[in-house]
Amino acid sequence: MEKEFLKLFELFIAASVINNFVFTRFLGLCIFFGVSKKMETAIGMSITFTAVMVISAALSWIVFHYVMIPLEITFLKIIIFIGIVAAFVQASDTIMRKVSPGLYYKLGVYLALISTNCIIIAVPLINAGENYNFLESLSFGLGSGIGFALALTIMASIREKLELADVPRPFRGMPIAWITTALIALAFTGFSGLITL
Amino acid sequence: MEHQLPEEKVSYLQILKTAIFKENVIFRLVISLCPSIAVTNSVRNGFLLGIAVVFVQVMVNVTVAAIRKFIHPRIRIPIFMLIISGWVTIVDMIMAAYARAAYKEIGLYIQIIVAFASILARAEMFASKNKVLPSLFDGLGSSLGFLGALVTISFFRELLGKGTLLGHTIVNAKPLLIMVMPTGGFLVVGLLMGFFNWIDIRFYGGKGAGGAGGH
Repeated sequence: MEKEFLKLFELFIAASVINNFVFTRFLGLCIFFGVSKKMETAIGMSITFTAVMVISAALSWIVFHYVMIPLEITFLKIIIFIGIVAAFVQASDTIMRKVSPGLYYKLGVYLALISTNCIIIAVPLINAGENYNFLESLSFGLGSGIGFALALTIMASIREKLELADVPRPFRGMPIAWITTALIALAFTGFSGLITL
Repeated sequence: MEHQLPEEKVSYLQILKTAIFKENVIFRLVISLCPSIAVTNSVRNGFLLGIAVVFVQVMVNVTVAAIRKFIHPRIRIPIFMLIISGWVTIVDMIMAAYARAAYKEIGLYIQIIVAFASILARAEMFASKNKVLPSLFDGLGSSLGFLGALVTISFFRELLGKGTLLGHTIVNAKPLLIMVMPTGGFLVVGLLMGFFNWIDIRFYGGKGAGGAGGH
């Protein structure tokens, strides 16, 4: 039992820090660069994102193992997973609009587009590809979400300071953000080899 | 396209040119960024993914344009997603069967084409309102721009990081290992974007705002 728990913990650390989706797998960059301009939106996005990630990982695991494998339609996994994620995102969109209109107003456009985010579709696909069991899938989803949140908050705090810096004109905006990301990614390579699964 | 009239060809060329240079998916619009780094550590991988995207984009645009009259506007996005994921599944299977070595490295990113904003955007903004042939050229242009960007990035990364191009040794010096690492990808894209902005400001008097960033 303890060993299993350790395995889950390792998976969580590996997904969030060592194989951080943004810095080593380069997924979810669109949202990463899109909402990292302000700390407030970055935090709101991180929370929504992590929640959506965990729940969609769970939902797609259940569908994959109880519907798709018995029916032998695993080759349709791309279509089915994107459907599950899109439906779930639509639902959380509606809920957020009711519960927190202020946040919805700020994140609106990104929340609508969250279903076309790479990470959110990558997590179910990797879960299916690696044959993770239910708990492993959950901790992988949670780790990925936290890892993304971490990346987003680091980036947002740097970019808020960067607004005041005197950047050469051609590099203003996106280019300097990419170069900053390069330096953060360099720091994250320090984590590689921390845990070998 | 032999049956095209000459004057129409010009306008199609215009569509192509705008989509490739002025609205370059990666450097100007700054969308669909994920694979620009993930698969660009060698020219071969960058090229293969680019080709996959060209195929999916063109087929999606053609399909959407062909059936646009039967799609109810309310449910168009789910239908587009279905069409896109259908074509992605086909490409995924073809790649898995015929390009096995490369598929091991870029397989995940092939599957992720399904979440590319640029494909959905072209289907929504152009193909759902236009006829089949213009849609085909629009898709071709936008995805060729994407392919060009991928090849450019991977050209620099492979040359500097491994000293090779397409697996052939070019420079026999000790390579800059950092270029093939994740860091190098972000760095090369950042520098290239800055470079294109510089050209825009210096020679075309543009504002040089490298895309507002988006999805």
